[in-house]
Amino acid sequence: MTETRLDVAPGERPRIPASEHVTSSGVLVYTIGLLVALVLTITSFWVANTSALWAPGVPAGLAVLAIAQMGVHLVFFLHITSGPDNTNNILALAFGVLIVFLVLGGSLVIMANLDQNMMAHTHLSNSDHAGGLTHDSSVNALIRRYRDASKA
Amino acid sequence: MSIAVGTDDVYERELVNASEAGPAPKRIVVGYGFWIFLLSDIVMFSALFASYAVLAKASAGGPTGAQLFSQQNAAMETAFLLLSSYSCGLMTLAANSRRYFRTFLGAAVTFLLGAAFLTLELREFHSMIALGATAQRSAFLSAFFTLVGCHGLHVTIGLIWLVLMMVQLAMWGFRPVVERRMLCFALFWHALDIIWVMIFTVVYLMGVLR
Repeated sequence: MTETRLDVAPGERPRIPASEHVTSSGVLVYTIGLLVALVLTITSFWVANTSALWAPGVPAGLAVLAIAQMGVHLVFFLHITSGPDNTNNILALAFGVLIVFLVLGGSLVIMANLDQNMMAHTHLSNSDHAGGLTHDSSVNALIRRYRDASKA
Repeated sequence: MSIAVGTDDVYERELVNASEAGPAPKRIVVGYGFWIFLLSDIVMFSALFASYAVLAKASAGGPTGAQLFSQQNAAMETAFLLLSSYSCGLMTLAANSRRYFRTFLGAAVTFLLGAAFLTLELREFHSMIALGATAQRSAFLSAFFTLVGCHGLHVTIGLIWLVLMMVQLAMWGFRPVVERRMLCFALFWHALDIIWVMIFTVVYLMGVLR
């Protein structure tokens, strides 16, 4: 009789040969995950509060620690592996991560850019206002000057 | 044909590719479908994170994150949720080996830790609102309550779901349908912890940096 090589549902531990049952028992996997996650969490809180580190680098360090911890959760709690029975799960995850980065990165870049341009625009309209552009007579004067210039 | 976890026979026998064997068992299909849902949920959270990150400094003269957030509270919430994720994993192991007592025990511990997390979060919201830091105060606070409140809502739904699963387990035992739903619940609960990792980093730690 032949057996089918099936995918593994996400969240389920992959089928492992008998020789590895002792070294990778379920409780051990979850416990390793818990300990590594705890270490990363404590490091994050330490990094945010210490003055021993170069302050401008702290946000990047926190981001790296968070991404590492999310990876630990995926591997040890959700049992996402690189095995062939996990290809579908990995592909779906990769697509999700792509969209997350597009939404996050795209929003931040566009909004930062817009913020800069809006600042410039605000200054411009403020100076216009100071120059009395909103006043009717000065607008008319400007139009007259424009017409004169186009005639010449 | 069973797909019991940990069968060694699979390695002993000749392997046939899944594509030649017809549709996958329902447990795999359901788990995969729920995985897609969770990823779409995470994409939704990424939009909330993006709006929070954009609006984090827009406090409109009102209270800022550095003034409002308590790191001690956030650390306790993090610990509760991480431990409940761990006990949820142990519950899954017990359910896979069909041990009733351990499953109920794991579920009870998971529920209590989740409820403790929710209590701390609601207490934090309550104290913020008492200080006048409501969602209407500034764009920063609107984004904060949307993001963290949405996660809290997910935790609430998870707790209700967990109670329902224990009722179904008590009534029906380890039927395939109950086992599938418990697999989905475990996925859901672990995913909530992943989102919380992002929240405590972006909101509570980056929010109080000097």
